[in-house]
Amino acid sequence: MSEHHHKETFVTKYIFSQDHKMISKQFLITGIIMGVIGVLMSMLFRLQIAWPEHSFSIVEAFLGHHQTDGVMDPDMYLALVTIHGTIMVFFVLTAGLSGTFSNLLIPLQIGARDMASGFMNMVSYWMFFISSVIMVISLFVEAGPASAGWTIYPPLSALPQAIPGSGMGMTLWLVSMAIFVASSLIGSLNYIVTILNLRTKGMKMTRLPLTMWAFFITAIIGVVSFPVLLSAALLLIFDRSFGTSFYLSDIFISGEVLHYQGGSPVLFEHLFWFLGHPEVYIVLLPALGITSEVIATNSRKPIFGYRAMIGSIMAIAFLSTIVWGHHMFISGMNPFLGSVFTFTTLLIAIPSAVKGFNYITTLWKGNLQMNPAMLFSIGLVSTFITGGLTGIVLGDSALDINVHDTYFVVAHFHLVMGVSAIYGMYAGVYHWFPKMYGKMMDKTLGYWHFWITAIAAYGVFFPMHFIGLAGLPRRYYSNTAFPLFDDLADVNIVITIFAIIGGIAQVIFLVNFFMSIYKGKTAVQNPWKSTTLEWTTPVEGIHGNWPGKIPSVERWAYDYSKPGYDEDFVMQDVPLKEGEEES
Amino acid sequence: MLALFYIFLAVAVALGIWQVNRLTSYGKVILRNDKNEEVTAISKLEENPLATEKDNDLHGKLFLAFLIGFYVLMAYCLFFLNDLMLPESASIEGENDDNLFFISFVLIGIVQFATQGLLFFFAFKYRGINNRKALFYADSHKLELIWTTVPAIVLTLLIGYGLYTWNDVMDLSDAEDPIVIEVYAQQFNWQARYAGADNTLGRGNVRNIKGINTIGIDMTDANGADDIPVRELHLPKGRKIVFKFRSQDVLHSAYMPHFRAQMNCVPGMVTEFGFTPKFTTEEMRLQEETVRKVARVNKVRKEKGEDLYEFDYLLLCNKICGASHYNMQMKIVVEEEADFYSWLKQQETIAELVK
Repeated sequence: MSEHHHKETFVTKYIFSQDHKMISKQFLITGIIMGVIGVLMSMLFRLQIAWPEHSFSIVEAFLGHHQTDGVMDPDMYLALVTIHGTIMVFFVLTAGLSGTFSNLLIPLQIGARDMASGFMNMVSYWMFFISSVIMVISLFVEAGPASAGWTIYPPLSALPQAIPGSGMGMTLWLVSMAIFVASSLIGSLNYIVTILNLRTKGMKMTRLPLTMWAFFITAIIGVVSFPVLLSAALLLIFDRSFGTSFYLSDIFISGEVLHYQGGSPVLFEHLFWFLGHPEVYIVLLPALGITSEVIATNSRKPIFGYRAMIGSIMAIAFLSTIVWGHHMFISGMNPFLGSVFTFTTLLIAIPSAVKGFNYITTLWKGNLQMNPAMLFSIGLVSTFITGGLTGIVLGDSALDINVHDTYFVVAHFHLVMGVSAIYGMYAGVYHWFPKMYGKMMDKTLGYWHFWITAIAAYGVFFPMHFIGLAGLPRRYYSNTAFPLFDDLADVNIVITIFAIIGGIAQVIFLVNFFMSIYKGKTAVQNPWKSTTLEWTTPVEGIHGNWPGKIPSVERWAYDYSKPGYDEDFVMQDVPLKEGEEES
Repeated sequence: MLALFYIFLAVAVALGIWQVNRLTSYGKVILRNDKNEEVTAISKLEENPLATEKDNDLHGKLFLAFLIGFYVLMAYCLFFLNDLMLPESASIEGENDDNLFFISFVLIGIVQFATQGLLFFFAFKYRGINNRKALFYADSHKLELIWTTVPAIVLTLLIGYGLYTWNDVMDLSDAEDPIVIEVYAQQFNWQARYAGADNTLGRGNVRNIKGINTIGIDMTDANGADDIPVRELHLPKGRKIVFKFRSQDVLHSAYMPHFRAQMNCVPGMVTEFGFTPKFTTEEMRLQEETVRKVARVNKVRKEKGEDLYEFDYLLLCNKICGASHYNMQMKIVVEEEADFYSWLKQQETIAELVK
């Protein structure tokens, strides 16, 4: 395969590329664009929450007929939170995170020329692209995009009479997501097969970098759980378009009784969350894997507890498939189920805690290099702990009764996903930018980006816990209907201001990213002095990755500051010395 | 508040100008030419793209400052925003909930302060110095064992208490002589009905909705005729209330935060939840926490020129249900049992209303 000489045209190199490195960049750019759209939406709806009856020209500019004199319509508010959630969870943090880094790193870190199937990989990206286009198109439908929350529970999502966005907007959402799921499954299969079959000589599973373990297990979770979302969506399509009653029964709306009989919305909730819960670990595990790599490299120390980390990833993955009911404690399902899910949810806290402690111990007695990637990784450990701890409150069914669907939940999941996972994504970009583009990103801009984001993130999401504990429900267009919540208005304003600051701070990243592609300092082959195989390839990145033979692997991935060596790192392809023991 | 934002904008613009200037600056640099002689030239000022010892020092210190700032933020929220949280539970079953909450928060609070402290302190203490080697410390079975079993034990105890509380709240089978009330959700208001003298609700289904029978009580069911539909909930203090929930159209959720009660209303299904009210509305109004809350709310309302607020228990919708999801409420009044029954006597049954 290394003798594969084919003439590359512009189209086969940049557009319909089968090279994993190009595909990873395609995923990243698409993910960034969707992320910008998602952040813009959050700015709009935060404006609405903080200043409910206020007229904003930016609202008038963006929302067309879904606003009146600069004040957004209630339907549109719900549409914005729906599409914001959908874009961020799926398009940015699943495709944008897994798609980018699994594609970039798997062949490079295991020592392979490319993915097992370059063609399927290409198809996976283009399906993602098409699903993104359809999701964006759904924003421009006359009656508005899907507005039943990113969780799209029926009957609200099944009946256009219940909310206008459940018409064509919802149909396009379902089409987009069906294609998205297919894209994700194809990608995941590729990742699994490649890691299992294409490792280079000497790359035993126990010598794999933790990033590889994380992407591998994430892909397995994806394969197990995404099909269930597809089935949930298909049944919803049947109910919407073919009059079936999977989810619907005994409904009186717009003055008439509908014909549906015998279905239950709770069925949808089970099917949705059977994906939905593993999905959040699909979002988080790659970020944790990246963090292991970045922290080890920048601490000049092995990641503490390599085997325990692998065990934790596996435990989290397995447990994630049996906790979905903690999203449904007060759905009306049998309370006994609630007890079962509380128990399993408690269990999943344990491997998560182990990972957190291992990261902190890796820093202990290290020699920390404060590159921007490292700052984001340290930030991730902080927000992962903060968000994870409130998960203990939410997973306890008796406590969930009072905080379910309040801002307490919103604060929790944003800290673990919207902050931690995004930090992981940023760390990955700063760290592997030299591999992607052969250039270095600007360090100072990276520093400003991190610190403003870090302050803004906690400024937004920490106080949010308290308005949730005050009883404020989520997905409320306005909090002015209840005098009960009038004293929370100030906190909401502070949150919005920090959110806008945080949103603007991401511009620093965008400028740095795109500018550095062209004007960045040329990178050396191994700028971070890291031990893993991707840094043995030429800087300019060639088709087939290594010009000659693929290196064979002689040791694990974490020989940093190993006694007996002058340099503070030993690459994976360096043979063991006489009498040296492998860790 | 807004002033803070404008200050940030000004700082951001200044920062932007400064950085763009830095990135586009040219200046005198000393380079070495092919003959290895030093030559002065004009070139783009380039800094080291990797973190230097100076950078490590700065950001290590910034992490320490961030830790202190974070501790301050957490302490501020815990103490000053504490009063924003819901007052004492107004239901007897909710007391267990609140105890569990308190214990949980103490536990996670301790872990939070400890781990954030260690994390950021290590980031500061071990900030990189040139030529210092890190410690090659890859594993410790003892440590792994400790921080697997300690969380496991603590969490097991916590969840044990949690499950006990959950069962205590959700198990309605041994409720003695409860008052049964149906709460009916629809886009976008609430209705309710009392079970009447026989304390049994008649069958209900949306197919029976007709005229004044807006919640679809089956008029052929003998148990239904004496049911009493209302648009305002009255509850007797000290009696167990068992709510049966129905929905007319989409998912709604009956959220009664003061009672620590919430349950989805699902079309096609009857869900249930129960509690025993502990304080009448009047008693609750006199409680210190409530008085403070009302004062805060009224301060805001006075500024906006709105009617003053008097405390009332509330039922609100807590599951996205459409455009007016944010304004779906029903007043709840808790009163002494005697007052409750005299109020109930004054309401009309469905049989009377339909006639």
